[in-house]
Amino acid sequence: MKKNKKTEKKNIFSVQAATAPVAALLSMLIFIVAVGASAFRKDDTPVKEIKLSMINSDSVESVKAFETVYKVLMSPRCMNCHPAGDIPLQGDDSHLHAMAPKRGVDGKGVYAMKCSNCHQDTNTPGLHTPPGNPDWHLPPAAMKMVFQGKSAHELAKQLVDKKQNGNKDTKKLIEHADDGLVLAGWNPGEGRTLPPVSHAEFKKAWLTWIKKGAYAPKK
Amino acid sequence: MAKITLNINKKEYPLEADPQMPLLWAIRDLAGLKGTKYGCGVAQCGACVVHLNGEAVRSCVTKVSRAVGKQVVTIEGLSETNSHPIQKAWQEVDVPQCGYCHSGQIMSAVVLLREKPNPTDQDIDDAMAGNICRCGTYLRIRKAIHVAAEEQKKLAPQG
Ligand code: FES
Ligand code: FES
Repeated sequence: MKKNKKTEKKNIFSVQAATAPVAALLSMLIFIVAVGASAFRKDDTPVKEIKLSMINSDSVESVKAFETVYKVLMSPRCMNCHPAGDIPLQGDDSHLHAMAPKRGVDGKGVYAMKCSNCHQDTNTPGLHTPPGNPDWHLPPAAMKMVFQGKSAHELAKQLVDKKQNGNKDTKKLIEHADDGLVLAGWNPGEGRTLPPVSHAEFKKAWLTWIKKGAYAPKK
Repeated sequence: MAKITLNINKKEYPLEADPQMPLLWAIRDLAGLKGTKYGCGVAQCGACVVHLNGEAVRSCVTKVSRAVGKQVVTIEGLSETNSHPIQKAWQEVDVPQCGYCHSGQIMSAVVLLREKPNPTDQDIDDAMAGNICRCGTYLRIRKAIHVAAEEQKKLAPQG
């Protein structure tokens, strides 16, 4: 897409250059400013850390796939454990977790309030009981991986930034689609809504987004 | 039903129980230790807190199978003579009102003091926010934890 825009600018430039020297000078100035400005544009560019063969790169498909990814990640089943603060969220309305358990250094809680004191290896039967997973935790304090409040643009950038994604390279990001806690989102326990699409659809979108260049949407 | 052996307060209890049975049921109804209380049954109140390998688990949602091969400690097993610094501080400050929540409160406070021997008010809030007291004894709980921290310091080997 970026290339097309540049070509367009060049065409305009060449047409104008043919008309008059003054117009050519003016156009040249516009061109320089435009090229200069594009160097500072942050959107629509793949983030550096991602190293993929760009042969399959397609910003339109990538951004489109990210729409589905974003919808899922911002659903309560994913976002509730990626809060902006240090207290997890709870319920389909993503309210602060009752009893205000804190993240702690390792993301597994503090003192008498560790996640696994209530969250078992499996879901506890019944309504309003703790969902379970053997690895239940929040992201650690040193890398909070916040989803709550992030725009699609911000989240896409964050997900591929090794300094913010748990040092995951492309391979690890791809594998992460099948992580036990990610999958737990589709087995949330009684009374909790599922993410907006199936895990298979999510995985497909996730892989497409990454393999097509992990482009960030403009907003 | 299955034959299950639980180690509770350093004693072996051979029990017949469904492995899915909540640990609280086994402790109270099968082992006959009634100090641990049932409040909500859904991990919301903290009345049922016991230690499982030293962690303050909620026994109402912990399956008995999770406790097999581990050390369970209930309020009865915290000390032989009610002499744990937390228990002494609870008496000194006269913390309980009706008392129903306090075996859970004490078991949670013990984990806090083990991991943070000099807790601030914020640490106490962070550790104890999951233990509900219908009688509202929170301020006395906080005071008693500070008292116990002092006591624990005196008991700790110097140097
Ligand atoms: S009875 Fe277990 S937390 Fe309320
Ligand atoms: S003293 Fe009555 S519930 Fe806590």
